[in-house]
Amino acid sequence: MLPRPWTVGLSAAGLAVALVLLFTLSDFRLFQFTQVFIYAIALLGLNILTGFNGQISLGHGAFYAVGAYTTAIMIDQWEVPYGWTIPTAGLVCLVAGFLFGIPALRLEGLYLALATFALALALPQILKYFEHWTGGSQGIVLSKPDAPWGLPLSPDQWLYLLALAVLVLLFVLAANLLRGRTGRAIVAIRDNAIAAQSMGVNTALYKALTFGVSAAYTGVAGALSAVTIAFVAPDAYNVFLSITFLVGMVIGGLASISGAIFGALFIQFVPNWAQDISKAAPWAIYGVFLIVFMYAMPRGIVGFLRLAVVRWRSRRAEPTTAPARSRG
Amino acid sequence: MDTLIQQIVSGLATGGIYGSLALALVMIYQATDVVNFAQGEMAMFSTYLAWTLLNAGVPYWAAFVATLAIAFVGGLLLERLLIRPVESAPVLTIVIVCIGLLVILNSLAGWIYSYIQKPFPSPFPSTPLRVGNIYFGAHSLGALGITLLVLLGLYLFFRFTTLGLAMRAAAQNPVSSRLCGIRVGWMLAVGWGLAALVGAVAGMMVAPVVFLDPNMMSGILIYAFASATLGGFTSPGGAVLGGLIVGVIENLVGTYVGFIGTELKLTVALALILTVLVVRPSGLFGRAAVHRV
Repeated sequence: MLPRPWTVGLSAAGLAVALVLLFTLSDFRLFQFTQVFIYAIALLGLNILTGFNGQISLGHGAFYAVGAYTTAIMIDQWEVPYGWTIPTAGLVCLVAGFLFGIPALRLEGLYLALATFALALALPQILKYFEHWTGGSQGIVLSKPDAPWGLPLSPDQWLYLLALAVLVLLFVLAANLLRGRTGRAIVAIRDNAIAAQSMGVNTALYKALTFGVSAAYTGVAGALSAVTIAFVAPDAYNVFLSITFLVGMVIGGLASISGAIFGALFIQFVPNWAQDISKAAPWAIYGVFLIVFMYAMPRGIVGFLRLAVVRWRSRRAEPTTAPARSRG
Repeated sequence: MDTLIQQIVSGLATGGIYGSLALALVMIYQATDVVNFAQGEMAMFSTYLAWTLLNAGVPYWAAFVATLAIAFVGGLLLERLLIRPVESAPVLTIVIVCIGLLVILNSLAGWIYSYIQKPFPSPFPSTPLRVGNIYFGAHSLGALGITLLVLLGLYLFFRFTTLGLAMRAAAQNPVSSRLCGIRVGWMLAVGWGLAALVGAVAGMMVAPVVFLDPNMMSGILIYAFASATLGGFTSPGGAVLGGLIVGVIENLVGTYVGFIGTELKLTVALALILTVLVVRPSGLFGRAAVHRV
């Protein structure tokens, strides 16, 4: 872990770069970076559940879809201003995640992976079935919102700013949540559920709540994506979306907050480059990266960087002795 | 009444295919405690290999046997190369590696063979058999027969051969088995090979029905999961029976429950999986896992 001033400094620098990009990039590039922010929120949501709490979800694309459809339906059917739909999508997913988390309490490891995988596979069908609200396979077309309060920004610039603001807010919330008492309980359940329970952690409640919070994050991301892309359709939320999230989480780093950014950059830009080789190439690359990362860098990019920092520091601190001090 | 029997029979036929894929899942689960998420894609890829052989002019049954041999060796190699290094890693790691394999096989098939659907021949005649007022599709009956043959073959193999006994021992108690001179690592690899073989049979039996394309197994896989869950992940016979039950349920629900029809078929499987996991996590015939604290 980096010391706190470092974390704050690096975050501020990242934020400054993001603000400079706002006025220098073309609308198309901004749109891509908006996607990065949205993915980062979704990845953080998944990571809270899988990385920190140890509950495997292969179906987080489903919550992303629920968030996106909540927003799309509210705008399309009831003409609610999009600003209100985003927190609503988060709330809907919080409840949905909590409810799905209750049967998930009885499922450990593989079985939970299986149930969530089945959820991801079945979801497009469910979306198509409720045609009256969801528009069936045609989906729902929305319109891109203009910047409010007469701000001199293009719609893409405004959405970029909006996604960035939501991202910062949610990242700060997650960091606070995970640093405190709740965060320790969440991690303790992952490391040893029985020990955690005997220390007085209400495992069932925390697991279901973590599921809810995680789903809420992913749902907010889905809602933002619906507003940005201005289109939702069931086949965009197939099982491969859930696998994309898994890839992003693994590449960024399990149980790391900042890893979500790296993971999001990866899943946004690497497929674009790989697409030039073949239509199938992005997925082949995803697969290879998944496996190679599990062997070589199981804690992802962030874990790798942390290790590098630790080694560098211990080398500076003790120039004469080897960094391998035996513990205890 | 005729419709009912008709639906049950065709349910049994598709159920046989679900059952064989479920059987492949259960075999790997029993030997290594891994649920192989790539099982469906392995079957799909084997079927493409069979298609290549058939296109090269190889007669059907020769191509069938050759595909089984390739699938066996392929499954064996996958275990050696991919799964073995993470054997003792946490569940999450193994799940991710399996998903990686799923994605690679899927995209590889798309890359080599394109995503366009291809017809796949059936070895059975296309004229249906007629008994009374009920028609049996020859392919459905044949597929069911082949599934049962494979099941019988596996039963005989595990029950009456030394290798089968060694594999059962390795799965049940790896440490003692190693002390008796069984090469446990290889037994696991052979388990993966056999599972790949069973999967290949399922793939070749289902391809004439759903057509060959890289995503053809995703729907089948969820049914196989449902079958294995229903029968119990620790019971091979239960998995096949689970498959038959799931096939029949799928057809009956699709025909008689109006609001579900064919559009929510996958959701039926999802609901089934969730219900079984919540009500009776070990399945109908499985043993409940006991953990020592």
